[in-house]
Amino acid sequence: MFISKFSQLGARVVEHLTREPSISVSRSPYLYAVRHRNLQSLMQERFFSTTDKAINEGCKEKQKISVTFVGDGGEETTIKVPVGMSMLEAAHENDIELEGACEGSLACSTCHVIVMDMDYYNKLEDPTDEENDMLDLAFGLTETSRLGCQVIASPELDGLRLALPAATRNFAVDGYKPKPH
Amino acid sequence: MLLQFRGESDGNYYGKQRYNGYEYAAPQNQDYGGAAAAYGALGMGHQLMGCIYRALSKLFLRRSYSSFSSHPLRVCVVGSGPAGFYTAEKMLKAHQNAEVDIVDRLPTPFGLVRSGVAPDHPETKIVTNQFSRVAHNDRFSYIGNVTLGSSISLSELRDLYHVVVLAYGAESDRAFGVPGEGLSGIHSAREFVWWYNGHPDCSNLAPDLKSSDTAVVLGQGNVALDVARLLLRPTMELATTDIASSALAALNESSIRKVYLVGRRGPVQAACTAKELREILGIKDLYIHIRNVDLLTTSSDEEEMKSSRIRRRVYELLSKAASSETSGPSPGQRELHFVFFRKPDKFVESDEKSGHVAGVQLEKTVLREDEGTGIQTAVGTGQFDELSCGLVLKSIGYKSVPVDGLPFDHHKGIVPNAMGRVLSDNAEDTIQFERGLYVSGWLKRGPTGIVATNLYCAEETVASITEDVKKGDIISTNTLARPGKNGLLHVLDNRNVKVVPFSSWEKIDNEEKRLGSLVGKPREKLRSWNELLRVAMS
Ligand SMILES: Cc1cc2nc3c(=O)[nH]c(=O)nc-3n(C[C@H](O)[C@H](O)[C@H](O)COP(=O)(O)OP(=O)(O)OC[C@H]3O[C@@H](n4cnc5c(N)ncnc54)[C@H](O)[C@@H]3O)c2cc1C
Ligand SMILES: NC(=O)c1ccc[n+]([C@@H]2O[C@H](COP(=O)([O-])OP(=O)(O)OC[C@H]3O[C@@H](n4cnc5c(N)ncnc54)[C@H](OP(=O)(O)O)[C@@H]3O)[C@@H](O)[C@H]2O)c1
Ligand code: FES
Repeated sequence: MFISKFSQLGARVVEHLTREPSISVSRSPYLYAVRHRNLQSLMQERFFSTTDKAINEGCKEKQKISVTFVGDGGEETTIKVPVGMSMLEAAHENDIELEGACEGSLACSTCHVIVMDMDYYNKLEDPTDEENDMLDLAFGLTETSRLGCQVIASPELDGLRLALPAATRNFAVDGYKPKPH
Repeated sequence: MLLQFRGESDGNYYGKQRYNGYEYAAPQNQDYGGAAAAYGALGMGHQLMGCIYRALSKLFLRRSYSSFSSHPLRVCVVGSGPAGFYTAEKMLKAHQNAEVDIVDRLPTPFGLVRSGVAPDHPETKIVTNQFSRVAHNDRFSYIGNVTLGSSISLSELRDLYHVVVLAYGAESDRAFGVPGEGLSGIHSAREFVWWYNGHPDCSNLAPDLKSSDTAVVLGQGNVALDVARLLLRPTMELATTDIASSALAALNESSIRKVYLVGRRGPVQAACTAKELREILGIKDLYIHIRNVDLLTTSSDEEEMKSSRIRRRVYELLSKAASSETSGPSPGQRELHFVFFRKPDKFVESDEKSGHVAGVQLEKTVLREDEGTGIQTAVGTGQFDELSCGLVLKSIGYKSVPVDGLPFDHHKGIVPNAMGRVLSDNAEDTIQFERGLYVSGWLKRGPTGIVATNLYCAEETVASITEDVKKGDIISTNTLARPGKNGLLHVLDNRNVKVVPFSSWEKIDNEEKRLGSLVGKPREKLRSWNELLRVAMS
């Protein structure tokens, strides 16, 4: 409930910010940090004033971790993700281009991300059979591939770096042959 | 309900005109807009009109060469399945001056997501939310109930738009070409799927599920697993899905208890994916039979599994199912039999019911490695056995159909293309492309891949279009202006084609959801052309 309100508001604020002519749309980590701070202070003003105290405090306690998404051109976007939120939701709240055709219901594989650091990959819980079944079909599968909708922010993942696979480059007309795995 | 279409970018005054229930802004005082109007009003042949508006646009060009890039890039996508919608989405994103129209022969959008994806896979259909968001972009229009090849020809479309992307899928079937294939009781999986999914072209299929307890499904891909699952799954579990009510009723009364899934190759080569396999193996109270001898692997099989994660995981699931097999089915228990290394040699006619299938004669096969490709193919051994049954579903793949004026590879069943650019038919060795003509989805790659595959496929096609636009291949001096949607609607109106805009599909959508809510289903599909069009036009 809280998360969904947060995301609605967040989306609106981000939209508002991106429309500001003075703010460029390029994706430097710095810009994202700024945007994110704006979003938070705005959120506190607008949202907390109308919400009951318990939720307010719950939110303050809510821990956030830092996650960096690396696009296929190498551009980096670092965002803060509340513990408990999936990488898919976090990406969407921050305008990061990660597809999510089935909206996180483990039926599409379009939210494929590659964990860039083996240590972090090992910190994640093992994928379930169902996640592996969808990963089978992910484009450009690697040893450290996961589905963004199944990776949930937790404190030990602070500093996580996720690569967004370059789909087009991996696509051959005669059908894609996944690399041996 | 009326649709207001966006006008040209220079902010001229637009007079409103109505066609087929669409109201759109017809540009005044513009050479090419006038040409578009004349096109429809006079009902001229498209070639002549093509000449006229090309001449007019040249005139226009001289006056406004500087505003070249601000002109709308008029794009028509044929087919509103995943390939069509992903292409539209990526085009709108990549080209801020693009106006994208999707035409579909049905009054309902989303292609196989609506008419292919199984009713018990609602999660897969969530992607229609994303497609509907695309449909509400003000540079996008859905124009349903328009068939390429009969409502409008390809050459007409190419004259009306700068870019035409064909994404009309694969709406026929591969065949075995063996005797008896035309007997009644034999259907293609495509028809059977269309039937249970309420596609208006197959709502009257009425497959015979009553005169026998056995069905044979030929092929072991995901579609084969879908149809087998629908036949075997307790109907109670289907009752809360969007399955067509007629199909639910027929399945309720079905006497089919036993399904044979027949593949010409072995368990390592089974074309299904682990997700679908896990699902069918998990059906409640289902007896599963796999012959242990079929699970023996060769070194080539081991190689294949080493290089393919899917093949390995599918094989593991099959082995596990075989090892947990009980000694035999309990009375009345439903049964699923995996039959490997068999290909149909002929279909056997019933003695009692003339013209009806009574069984399939199967030839045993062995695998031979093709020296060129390294692929293991099935070769007949001359040994035969027979499976008796009253229903056969052929699930060996879909096949695209060509339209007039379209280069087509009949052997592969696709449009010859290089990264989505359609290759011209020409005898010489030189590679030539059809200017402004592209393909995406099953028509481009052949009938394989999940919904997501079409996303990457569409990205590739859009990258090709973008490159060609940049090179100046698409909008050049003599193609600067194209009438696009306005011109298309004129032509269709003259032919009395009643088009269905997205807002009318939303009426169908609402009505289906309303009907569904009365019976505890997410939707009750309207299954006939009449009903669909009646609600759309209401
Ligand atoms: C039975 C079945 C079940 C499937 N289940 C799943 C699943 O669970 N998960 C998954 O990820 N993938 C599934 N798939 C695969 C997925 O549906 C396809 O990859 C995808 O739909 C192909 O997209 P497409 O746009 O190329 O073709 P289509 O989806 O077939 O779309 C083609 C569109 O073109 C229209 N059209 C056809 N001819 C004309 C014409 N002449 N003029 C105008 N319009 C025309 C059609 O009406 C249709 O809307 C399934 C496929 C099948 C066959
Ligand atoms: N849930 C899902 O994700 C889902 C559901 C349904 C469909 N889909 C996708 O939709 C696509 C189409 O599925 P599909 O099942 O139609 O196609 P498919 O996966 O290509 O399977 C076709 C099957 O037919 C067999 N076959 C082909 N020609 C044959 C012949 N002449 N004789 C005997 N057997 C023959 C193939 O065997 P060989 O291997 O020997 O050629 C294979 O078993 C697939 O990519 C599938 O994954 C996905
Ligand atoms: S969003 Fe579909 S599997 Fe993650």
